[in-house]
Amino acid sequence: MAELTVDCAGVNLRNPFLLASGIWGESGESLAGAWNAGAGGVITKSIGSVPRPGYPNPTIETYERWGLLNAMGLPNPGIDEYPREIEVARRAGATVIGSIFGGSAKEFAALAERMAATGVVAIELNLSCPHAEGYGTEIGGTPEEVERVVRAVTEVVSTPVIAKITPNTRDPAALALAAERGGAAAVSAINTLRAIAIDVRLRRPVLAHGLGGLSGPAIKPVGLACVWQIFEKVSIPVVGVGGVATPEDALEYIMAGARAVEVGTQVTFDGIGVFGRLREGLSRLLDELGFARVEDAVGVAHPTTSRGLG
Amino acid sequence: MRRVVAVSERRVETPSTVTLRFPYDAPAEPGQFVMVWFPGDDEIPMSLSYTDGPSKGVTIKAMGSTSQRAQSAQVGDRVGVRGPYGNHFDLSPARILVVSGGSGAAVLAPAAERARARGSSVTVALGATRAPELLFRRRFESMGARVEVATDDGSEGRKGFVTLVAEQLLATERFDVVWTCGPEVMMRKVVAAASARTVPVFCSMERHMKCALGMCDACALGPYHVCIDGPVFPADRLTATSDFGAFHRDSSGRRVPF
Repeated sequence: MAELTVDCAGVNLRNPFLLASGIWGESGESLAGAWNAGAGGVITKSIGSVPRPGYPNPTIETYERWGLLNAMGLPNPGIDEYPREIEVARRAGATVIGSIFGGSAKEFAALAERMAATGVVAIELNLSCPHAEGYGTEIGGTPEEVERVVRAVTEVVSTPVIAKITPNTRDPAALALAAERGGAAAVSAINTLRAIAIDVRLRRPVLAHGLGGLSGPAIKPVGLACVWQIFEKVSIPVVGVGGVATPEDALEYIMAGARAVEVGTQVTFDGIGVFGRLREGLSRLLDELGFARVEDAVGVAHPTTSRGLG
Repeated sequence: MRRVVAVSERRVETPSTVTLRFPYDAPAEPGQFVMVWFPGDDEIPMSLSYTDGPSKGVTIKAMGSTSQRAQSAQVGDRVGVRGPYGNHFDLSPARILVVSGGSGAAVLAPAAERARARGSSVTVALGATRAPELLFRRRFESMGARVEVATDDGSEGRKGFVTLVAEQLLATERFDVVWTCGPEVMMRKVVAAASARTVPVFCSMERHMKCALGMCDACALGPYHVCIDGPVFPADRLTATSDFGAFHRDSSGRRVPF
């Protein structure tokens, strides 16, 4: 049986499948449920300074099994009340990564200190929500902004920091490099692709917010390309995100350079049992292909000399 | 996945509840819910109050601003519908006690209707604040159910909460199952009374809901999600949580007491 544990950003994961931020992450009981279903770690909803209700419905549109469009609007209980949820998840034994979002480097830093105090193993910075005014991509859209936010956070916390990068930009690898310069322990890529749906009978956007973000199998090739390019530029670990539905999808990301992958939309299509199936399936796939451990497959699709020279 | 349909009928059921019917031919079971989008406004979860045939229906109680505006939808207005979602009542028990508080009858009436059609006996403890608010009383009677009424102000039936009627029925008669929907504190009392007599209870639960697909976590209830694990729960699952009758989550996900 292939070894599924991976070391990513100084965090030991029992398997490379992380619950992606935004899925099931508002309540500690749900985070515990994802952990109990077999996730290698769980990432919280992106938490802000104050409670935020998010956008009115409709907040989602689904496309059979290939995609999901959402504009939830960063709903979250706020950092004051959220430690209770993390505590519930940690009591269940879960490896918890705390996601935060802020409107400035200063706000990110203050949130990171509060999040670190909850005992999470790492902090993921949401620099990439494509549809929240004043947050996400609007804070993490340029290398300068990414570097400033990551540096502000890494200056105040010793907990490993993962910068989640947007694909809605000309050069995602430049954002990842900026995160590395700022002191990030890892980068995760990608967040959703900016997208919209129109109801032709009503002549209006379906989502209450209009613009949203597309996730699911439709965006996997885009996520893979970002991970591929980022892997060639940076020396810190990369977490692959976007359309992981099968063990083969996960291994594609790993061979493109990811040390771990996040799974989100597929929970909607398959239920939380997807984590157990992915874990078992990846183990079998690695055995079949002759890899003794996940780490042996990281980046193997790249020409041997390319890393660091891209 | 969302179908835009025109409201085909609007009926005022009680001073605070309105039924909207619309063409929607997806098969549905009593207990399931749909997400109804009122374009330009919100999209809200609504239990189906009419589950059979190509015309479905929802019965809306005026609660917040969205449900008040939803009630004012007129025949011909277009709404978006997706679903049905969630699980449903098991219709097989022979002797069923239905305990309804306020608009809870919206989801209980179609279940009782199907159970009666299968030959089950149905007794309904029907509660409301006052006589004109007794929802679906005639509908229950015309399906051949026995109806026992309670009103808060005593304007009809027993004065006081419907739980008093339910407790008396449970003390004097035998039932194979209890179905209940209404305020959560009421359902807790029903569960306590029935459990003491080892009668299983199924509760139709309500939580703030956004995606209805088991993704967003808005409807988390203990370790469950009302949209995919419910909305119908066996009571022992609910009483094992610290949330039942005690906490719900607001639209930001904050855990707040009832």
